[in-house]
Amino acid sequence: MSIIKIETLKKEEYDSYGLSKEKLKGMLKKILLIRYFEEKVEELFLVKGLLIGPAHLCFGGEASAVGIISALNEEDIILSNHRGHGHALAKGIPPKNVMAELFGKITGTCKGLSGSMHVCIDINKGALYSSAIVASNIPIAVGVGYALKIMNDNRIVACFFGDGGTNTGAFHEGLNMASILKVPVIFVCENNQYGMSIPISYALAAKSIAERVYYGYGIKTYVVDGMDVLATYKAAKLAIEYTRKEKKPSFIEAIMYRLKGHGVYDKAEYRPKEEAEEWWEKDPVKLFSERMINENIISEKELKEINENIKKEIEEAIDFSLRSDIFPFDELYKLVYSGEY
Amino acid sequence: MRELSYAEALREAIREEMLKNPKVIIFGEDIGKYGGAYKVTKGLLEEFGPERVIDTPISEAAIVGFGIGLAIMGFKPIAEIMYMDFIPIAIEQILNHAAKMHFMSGGQLKVPLIIRTQYSLGRAHGSQHSQFFPSWFMNIPGLLVALPSTPYDAKGLLKTAIRLEDPVLFIECCLLYHRLKGPVPEEEYTIPFGKADIKREGKDLTIVAISRMVHEALIAAEKLSEEGINVEVIDPRTLNPFDKETIINSVKKTGRLIIASDDHKRAGVSSEIAAIIAEEAIDYLDAPIIRVCSPDIPIPFSPQLEKKFMRSNEDIIFAAKKILGEI
Ligand SMILES: Cc1ncc(C[n+]2csc(CCOP(=O)(O)OP(=O)(O)O)c2C)c(N)n1
Repeated sequence: MSIIKIETLKKEEYDSYGLSKEKLKGMLKKILLIRYFEEKVEELFLVKGLLIGPAHLCFGGEASAVGIISALNEEDIILSNHRGHGHALAKGIPPKNVMAELFGKITGTCKGLSGSMHVCIDINKGALYSSAIVASNIPIAVGVGYALKIMNDNRIVACFFGDGGTNTGAFHEGLNMASILKVPVIFVCENNQYGMSIPISYALAAKSIAERVYYGYGIKTYVVDGMDVLATYKAAKLAIEYTRKEKKPSFIEAIMYRLKGHGVYDKAEYRPKEEAEEWWEKDPVKLFSERMINENIISEKELKEINENIKKEIEEAIDFSLRSDIFPFDELYKLVYSGEY
Repeated sequence: MRELSYAEALREAIREEMLKNPKVIIFGEDIGKYGGAYKVTKGLLEEFGPERVIDTPISEAAIVGFGIGLAIMGFKPIAEIMYMDFIPIAIEQILNHAAKMHFMSGGQLKVPLIIRTQYSLGRAHGSQHSQFFPSWFMNIPGLLVALPSTPYDAKGLLKTAIRLEDPVLFIECCLLYHRLKGPVPEEEYTIPFGKADIKREGKDLTIVAISRMVHEALIAAEKLSEEGINVEVIDPRTLNPFDKETIINSVKKTGRLIIASDDHKRAGVSSEIAAIIAEEAIDYLDAPIIRVCSPDIPIPFSPQLEKKFMRSNEDIIFAAKKILGEI
């Protein structure tokens, strides 16, 4: 066993990886939906002033969200983090509910009680939990995986977190437990190079996150270009196959880039401008769209239609959110406990 | 006198002490080039260099433990924990080590560590990024706790903290950083720990208020004064040590006590203050103590719900009328 480097999928391989034309179109729709959703959210914060609070947009993270979640079965479970808009949409949570959560409305995924950092919670969709405390979802995912294992449930868990999270105790304790207890969890490190203002090159003592995991915890590890949706899809397929069959955890390091600031208000002045410009060349949304056109999976006309539909859907989501009520304050007491005391 | 913001006052305290004492070292997540999540440490990296201004990984337990190690080696470490909500990750280091080392070593070890943190209530940050739980720390012998409410107090208390030889948890209020400006003298001053400040004198009723609620209490006092009600507002400024004398003296004068704090009511900081006064000054009370605190529910994200969650001067006015028998 060694650290496995995943190259992108070739067109000839699509079939063997379960990628029909329909499936690919579905993935393209998702990635465009996420991008347009985020652009709109940014506008709602910065231009329209309709949203407040923290929001960590996932520009640059679309390929990992869509590639990895599309490789899972619908029933499989994900645990997300503070940067979860893309995970939520990729998992099939309706945009109107994601949007309403950002507006703090009762129709939101968490009834408006949690906001952007917890938007990816919808247990009916297998989006089990989002933690705004960095890496705290990792040990929780290990517990979820262990529960599935002893229930002989064939589902698996994908747990998303960032590169910055790999320096926490929760990460190290969680991965060690995952490895010794052999839980069916795929850990997905979205290495977007920055934890707030701190580059991972500064914060990490190991040679790479992948090496740290592979040599430190003996977990099967894949490294993949996180800006390439077909590559992340392939990595996830292989990791899932391994984890389901061997009943052991696996780890994916998706190497990508946070194309904008940490939060919606952050201008990211601490990083070189050219660096971001270079990475924008690898914009996952642009690359995937172009590739699908070049490979005749989709026509320009269809793509245009998809884009228009998405725009309409997002406008409707905003309308829906604006028209929704807030949760009645006095009823909040009933949510603190599940019983009455 | 010149006016500084709460954040500027804190920065000035750190900077002056760093200039004076080469053993002062600051560290935490994004405190260097980024200048701290709320820009309190802005410019210090450029001035003092990366050896004394250290950006750390996201590793709260290690940040506090690292500070303890520096402290027992004779340095004066100032750790920043970005949000109070993240302190529980490091609480083991605080509770079992920082707070007890002096005692456990029979006085051999000193831990002059400062942990600066802030609570973000009122900014729609949701249940995991808005919490305020000072009473947890009042419950730890060996740990000093300070909560400044004005730029003047922020600077004076932080300078004192830096010169003390014991661990201090220094809890700032995010809403005040850039919104609140106030007079801060140019010349050197410090504020002793354990000395409450009477922010407004009055004779009808005493309000003890903590951090942000000091300002709500002052607004309430102003409004009540228009109705001829004369309110005394006391800011304890430090919870450990705690200046009970100033409050008891005030209660002797007014006979009535309201405690206003942003933390939850149950087992909160107000519980302890009420118990101290009930135990030591019950004979002076003409009415039951009233506490104006946050409801015992997690903080909701929805901005409108958060507003309802937060206590304001109106809640204090209501309590004041009740305690005076007007409703
Ligand atoms: C335990 C903890 N420490 C600090 C923070 C503040 N914080 C939120 S996100 C973040 C950076 C996280 O970086 P990374 O894990 O790489 O994820 P990214 O934001 O890049 O997706 C920090 C420091 C937090 N939420 N939780």
